[in-house]
Amino acid sequence: MTLITNHANARLTALDELTTHDYHEFQTEMRQRLAGDDRLVSYFGAPSQTDAAPFLHAVFITQNGELVHFRGRGEPGASVASLTSEFPEMHCFERELHEQYGLDMAGHPWLKPIRFEGRDLEQMNEYPFYKLKGKEVHEVAVGPIHAGVIEPGHFRFMCFGEKVHHLEIHRGYQHRGVEKLLLKAPLRRLPPLIESVVGDSAVAYSLTHCRAIEALADLDVAADVERIRAIGLELERVAMHLGGLSGMATDIAYLPGSTSYGRLRTTVINLSMRLCGSRFGRSWFRPGELRFPFTQTHRDDIRKSLELVQHDIAFINKSFTESRTVNHRLRTICHLSKEVALEIGVVGMASRASGLSRDLRTEMRGGVYEEHPIPLVSEPTGHCWARGMVRIREIEASMNWMLAQSDLAHDVDAGTPPQITLRPNCGVVSLEEGWRGEVMQYLETDANGDIAHYKVQDPSLRNWFGMAQAVKNNTIYDFPICNKSFDLSYCGNDL
Amino acid sequence: MKSLTNALKVRASQGKQFIPDVRGAKPIGFRGLPVISMAPCENGCTACVESCPTTAIELEPFGLDLGRCIFCDQCARLCPQDKVEFTTGYRLASNTAEGLVVREGKSLSPVASTEAIRKLFGRSLKLRVVSAGGCNGCEQEINATTNVNFDMGRYGIDIVASPRHADGVIISGPLSTHMAAALDLCYEAIPEPKLVILAGACAISGGIFEGSPELNRSFLERFTPSLYVAGCPPHPLSIVNGILDLMGHADGKW
Ligand code: SF4
Repeated sequence: MTLITNHANARLTALDELTTHDYHEFQTEMRQRLAGDDRLVSYFGAPSQTDAAPFLHAVFITQNGELVHFRGRGEPGASVASLTSEFPEMHCFERELHEQYGLDMAGHPWLKPIRFEGRDLEQMNEYPFYKLKGKEVHEVAVGPIHAGVIEPGHFRFMCFGEKVHHLEIHRGYQHRGVEKLLLKAPLRRLPPLIESVVGDSAVAYSLTHCRAIEALADLDVAADVERIRAIGLELERVAMHLGGLSGMATDIAYLPGSTSYGRLRTTVINLSMRLCGSRFGRSWFRPGELRFPFTQTHRDDIRKSLELVQHDIAFINKSFTESRTVNHRLRTICHLSKEVALEIGVVGMASRASGLSRDLRTEMRGGVYEEHPIPLVSEPTGHCWARGMVRIREIEASMNWMLAQSDLAHDVDAGTPPQITLRPNCGVVSLEEGWRGEVMQYLETDANGDIAHYKVQDPSLRNWFGMAQAVKNNTIYDFPICNKSFDLSYCGNDL
Repeated sequence: MKSLTNALKVRASQGKQFIPDVRGAKPIGFRGLPVISMAPCENGCTACVESCPTTAIELEPFGLDLGRCIFCDQCARLCPQDKVEFTTGYRLASNTAEGLVVREGKSLSPVASTEAIRKLFGRSLKLRVVSAGGCNGCEQEINATTNVNFDMGRYGIDIVASPRHADGVIISGPLSTHMAAALDLCYEAIPEPKLVILAGACAISGGIFEGSPELNRSFLERFTPSLYVAGCPPHPLSIVNGILDLMGHADGKW
């Protein structure tokens, strides 16, 4: 068996070797990279062990798929200049830094709370909504509880008649204090906790965590285990894409799509259940081991189930894409241009529907996706239609890919839990392209090898703003479709 | 014409998707109801307690609290003598939180209905769902109860948009502080008499988020749920069967 030793998608650095700038060098390097060809993945804080000034960490990915990670910091209490006016994609990261560390982010044009972390309900009620004035203007307030069975969040629409002039999203209702809990929890509690941060992306979150811990604990897993993990990840992608298409069809009252995509999703998540006991892939993956065996029975099951989906999805795809109602309803609404998507840093599936090619599976080096590339799916137009089409095409690509991988994977026995001892004084950035987009986790250990900092970033943190941009100048009844087409996580933002 | 042909083909490929007998369905592979063997534990062994991420297990006497359990299988894997065995059983609901504790030779206490509930809601039950910190696991499974496979609507059970139309509330998630006021408002808006149902380990006990300072579970000190459905997230069959039992529905066949 070959071993994957380079921990694809996870980058470990000893803290004393991590490039650490003073404040001015840091700002200079940030500006250079943001203005250049590198792509910003994350910008977040981590407390310093010596004084009150947090480290500011930046993660970029270069055009060659290399991860660049550096940090910098100023003096305690000193002002930190905002870069948002120059580089709007910084807006959410700087808002988070302001909320978590009290940094002033001087010059930030929109320094509003991200999730009201550590603040009470009264403060939440005083959210500083953007106001429009005028006789014909009216506001529509929706939420936190919505009509359907979905997570809570508040949407405030500023409308002229039926037209949405501006949408502002007020979140934080789902805040569970995840990042603090992750620090208090013993190691055995981390994987299930991480799987519950965003329950529709349990596999993506758990794999990101596994890689981080494996890098910190010098654990290697067999290539076959990585392959089975990737099958788990792609099953999650296919299932969620099917669910999303079913939801979009429901929202435009296209019932064949609603029921047919919905029941195909059932087939896929029931396959996950037969592979690991859970329809959402929970508890399937843990650092350094495979918890459930993989045998010919599973290989046969994967083939049979996916071939059934491939066969049946052809009918509904044809019907959906050729239907006049669907075309009429989706083709022209809620446009997000490539330029705006780029400017505000939209990632993942939604970015690919606006003509970008942001997909860590094709951007990054190493791992199963380099050995066996998966086609990049991108649609140029940026409407709801494009977000639907990306999902239809990604389902197809993922199913073909899984069928090939499942045949390649050798039998694997269930492992036993390894001894986990984390290297002291290290930081690891771990990334995974979940169905919605890139999931990032950053773990830092202290001198005792205990986890001293745990940062979690969901693609939704960046993409909510893209959804709000897309709905502008559309009619208010287009909003549910727009929202479903982006399919973002409330928990992922609120943590 | 073309779209009609397309639609007919979809319909033909769809076939019959609903589960005819939700009481007797067999969810292959599902990790559900644990059974605790009578065999005494090896002297001083605490492997299961130490492995459990949610403090669901207590020893002497042995008890596994399904209101806390996230069905991760870790205890069963690490037990040197197969004390805990997970089966595909999906009847994972009870009328009380204590009823969810399984012990040696004792399964959970099955859901009972009452004359009043049967009379009021036995043939029609409308429920409003409030996610209060739910991660979208429970929410997806609650949604699935209404899809073409589980089709809970055939029993007169519907999820409704307005609390004014509801007979009760299903709560998912660990009850985040920031949702406390909205949950209260929603509950107040439901006309009397009304039911409270908790879906999932988070709602029942805080689950994996137990102990987070960002939770406010005072709602559950003020109102007593009639139904607790275990799981992380609960399987749609667990939800449907739990509600049918609560309604006093005899067989659930269709
Ligand atoms: S299966 Fe349940 S009881 Fe067993 S270790 Fe996991 S959470 Fe604890």
